[in-house]
Amino acid sequence: MTEAVQSRHTLESATIRFAGDSGDGMQLTGTQFTNTSATLGNDISTFPDFPAEIRAPAGTVPGVSGFQIRFASEDIHTPGDRPDVLVAMNPAALKANIADLVPGGLLIVNEDAFGKSNLKKAEYGDVNPLEDGSLDTFRVVRIPLSTQTEQAVAEAGLNKKAAERCKNFYALGLVYYLYDRPMEQSMAWIERKFAKNAQIQDANKMALRAGYNYADTAEIFADTYQVPKARLASGTYRGITGNQALAMGLVAAAQIADKPLMYGSYPITPASDILHELARLRHYGVRTFQAEDEIAAIGATIGAAYGGAFAATGTSGPGICLKSEAMGLAVMTELPLVIVNVQRAGPSTGMPTKTEQSDLLQVMYGRNGDSPMAVVAPATPGECFTMAIEAFRIAVKYMTPVVILSDGYLANGAEPWKIPNLDQLPQIEVSHDIDPATFQPYSRNEQTLARPWAVPGQPGLEHRIGGLEKDDIKGNVSYDPDNHQKMTDLRAAKIAGIADDVPPLEIIGNADADTLVLSWGGTYGSILTAVNQFNNDGGNIAAAHFRYLNPFPANTAEVLAKYRRILVCELNNGQLDLLIRARFARETNSFLKVKGKPFQVSELLAFFKEHQA
Amino acid sequence: MTKSATLTKKDFSSDQTVRWCPGCGDYAILAAIQGTMPKLGIPKENIVFVSGIGCSSRFPYYMETYGFHTIHGRAPAFAAGLKIANPDLSVWLITGDGDGLSIGGNHLLHALRRNFDINILLFNNRIYGLTKGQYSPTSETGKQTKSSPMGSVEQPVNPIRFALASEASFVARTYDANPKHMAETFEKAAAHKGTSFVEIFQNCVIFNKDAFDDVYDRKVREENMIHLEEGEPLVAGKDVKQGVFLEGLTPVVRELTEETDPSTLLVHDSRQKSPIYANFLAAMEHPEFPVPVGVFRQIERPCYEEALEAQVRTAQEKAGVGKLEDLFKAGETWSVT
Ligand SMILES: Cc1ncc(C[n+]2csc(CCOP(=O)(O)OP(=O)(O)O)c2C)c(N)n1
Ligand code: SF4
Ligand SMILES: [Mg+2]
Repeated sequence: MTEAVQSRHTLESATIRFAGDSGDGMQLTGTQFTNTSATLGNDISTFPDFPAEIRAPAGTVPGVSGFQIRFASEDIHTPGDRPDVLVAMNPAALKANIADLVPGGLLIVNEDAFGKSNLKKAEYGDVNPLEDGSLDTFRVVRIPLSTQTEQAVAEAGLNKKAAERCKNFYALGLVYYLYDRPMEQSMAWIERKFAKNAQIQDANKMALRAGYNYADTAEIFADTYQVPKARLASGTYRGITGNQALAMGLVAAAQIADKPLMYGSYPITPASDILHELARLRHYGVRTFQAEDEIAAIGATIGAAYGGAFAATGTSGPGICLKSEAMGLAVMTELPLVIVNVQRAGPSTGMPTKTEQSDLLQVMYGRNGDSPMAVVAPATPGECFTMAIEAFRIAVKYMTPVVILSDGYLANGAEPWKIPNLDQLPQIEVSHDIDPATFQPYSRNEQTLARPWAVPGQPGLEHRIGGLEKDDIKGNVSYDPDNHQKMTDLRAAKIAGIADDVPPLEIIGNADADTLVLSWGGTYGSILTAVNQFNNDGGNIAAAHFRYLNPFPANTAEVLAKYRRILVCELNNGQLDLLIRARFARETNSFLKVKGKPFQVSELLAFFKEHQA
Repeated sequence: MTKSATLTKKDFSSDQTVRWCPGCGDYAILAAIQGTMPKLGIPKENIVFVSGIGCSSRFPYYMETYGFHTIHGRAPAFAAGLKIANPDLSVWLITGDGDGLSIGGNHLLHALRRNFDINILLFNNRIYGLTKGQYSPTSETGKQTKSSPMGSVEQPVNPIRFALASEASFVARTYDANPKHMAETFEKAAAHKGTSFVEIFQNCVIFNKDAFDDVYDRKVREENMIHLEEGEPLVAGKDVKQGVFLEGLTPVVRELTEETDPSTLLVHDSRQKSPIYANFLAAMEHPEFPVPVGVFRQIERPCYEEALEAQVRTAQEKAGVGKLEDLFKAGETWSVT
């Protein structure tokens, strides 16, 4: 027992990381904390970070699973660079995460897990980091979490192993107390989740309460905190991950257009959750198709688009490799479909659970022939919703495949999402109203250059399409040299023309600075935070964030021309950078990171500083 | 609106010039299909021909129906998606021995086991025609081609056995030298609910000329083929009749004499639940056996698109037709005022 008088400090924002073995339930703990904080009205941003192995050897560093959450009373855009509080359930979790904890940060460890064997598995050797003074710069709270959990849940009558497994809820209870959060929501969740197993239900509830009460009565924390409500726009909110948002966006797009949604996919991290979300929605008329591979997934998707459905396929980089030939066919046959690429670290199998933005050039150019395709990239988890609708809008208006470049960070990260009113959703118009008397499969809308979407079943419109070059207007197979030139130009012009139909590139930060930061897709939150902070600290910098990568917004050249210096920041080895240099003939400096992790605000600030002489 | 009743063979030929080599077996198959279409009573606009890549896969361009010439080997995937989007279409998939069994072997396997209500016609010329004559997965061991000058060292795959192993619900074989047999077989395939798989022996006159003559030439046809007829014993031969018997687990061919007990002959029954009999038949290859043609197996099995639609209906009955506002609000929500 300490004698310190507890006092609640009010914070604008706090960052916690829960870390433990893959089997310790850290993702669940983090999600519970997130939901409770969201309901309290905080702005939130999360970053789950888990190993690729379902169960790497227990107790080892590769088996560590982490969940970081930042919650705030202000508007936030990133899950925080470094946690203020680290919960480490075992030595491996400590080892993998301690370098990130802010100096003076609070470290909560499960003392029980620091036995010889676990220390060895975490490659600490004979030295117990809890004893050797290496943690002196932190406020360390050692708790025999396993023992105390077992005691707390004894009444539920579980065996020792099952009882010990409740320790994540015990830890959650501690942290709930630390940040003054109510337990009701998690209690209710436990009741629902374990409705069929009263014993486990009771035990988890006991653990949660015991953790909370222990923190309270034993006064283990010298300081406790509160993070008041954020000033979010009024409305009804829910938490949402990028994958959930994307799935809902696809469903919404189809419903807006009064079309059935078909989603063809082959399981792959980190895109599988989109398939899982959609497979549950048969009552929304969603037809999911788990294909035998990614080629079949896109093949079926193109087939469904040809059949008149709103059709989408989703995968990650390695799956895009397999889809490439069929993507070319979709370009040639000018059919509307949406191709989702939830990017992960590559090349090859790479690091499946880690984020990266290194498939930009792949989706732009990774096909045989001149094969242009629209490419969009949502900037936040919530924007995955709007971009899914936008992708379908473009696809059917221009009769083209559209790629959505999401990434592992957006896919699994969560944020509060203001539930839209149905009448605020964009409209998507689809027409199959074609006069058989004048129908030509490759005639074009003058404005959009789209060809008609004639669907099997429509009398009088019988026609043949395929991957062989088609003659202009009639759509018969053609090897005519001038025709191929013309069709290649038309396909390019059609995609280029989309530029006038998308929002202009916006400037954020100090528009009249002489340095412009360029970024795209999932890095928006860190870029925005860094730019604002840089300018608040007396810097002077502007930024523009791309959500449309092919074509670039119409005003892109104009925006770039305003700035003397261009800095490109992206999570790859220089792909947007290459496009900017090639398209706009501009020298750039770039900050390129491929560590499987999002940008930290601090590293962006350092980069800005270095280049703003 | 096209009236199916008044359609003729001519209504099904497109304005495109057919570009197969003169004498190619594909012509006869095209004619047989165009002749079959009016008999099906399906409006033209509801018929779609989907193909992969190969000489055979040019087929859709010559049909005055909807048509999709896709990419090499992947036609089954496109057909699957099309049936998901519109289960009412009559979908015909045209593939070759290379398209269907080499690059597309995987997709063919899954199409057959999923049992979409489609018709798959595999033009087996035992060669890669379009790429000018390399050996294919159905070429015989020792086959000399430009890519196998010393002879292929590979064991060929038997398409019928592949289809049976893939749980196909309808498996048949026909041949380009017999328009009547083709027409009958296509009609049976069309009538079957579920995936119908038809292997067609097809003569590539340029790169594998007369590959099937030993089997189907008029002079030897009656000796070297068995035309499977429901309820009829398995017998080949014109003057001397050869019957098929089971000895232990092996089919054997023996001449029928006066002593032969007819009840010991194998009698054709394509509707057996067990696939064992169909596999016996499929294993009968030239020259050891007369080669069976006709329907090897036809069984009833739920088809994919119907099962999928049933799930949609069940889900809607149970949970009501999904509304976007409910989807958005699923899970925990909170309000900010
Ligand atoms: C991805 C890809 N690889 C290779 C080819 C070349 N190719 C076209 S058809 C073909 C073989 C066709 O053989 P088969 O399916 O037996 O058809 P056939 O021409 O004999 O009717 C090959 C290898 C291609 N078009 N696409
Ligand atoms: S190459 Fe053979 S299969 Fe191809 S068209 Fe000529 S004869 Fe027919
Ligand atoms: Mg062939």
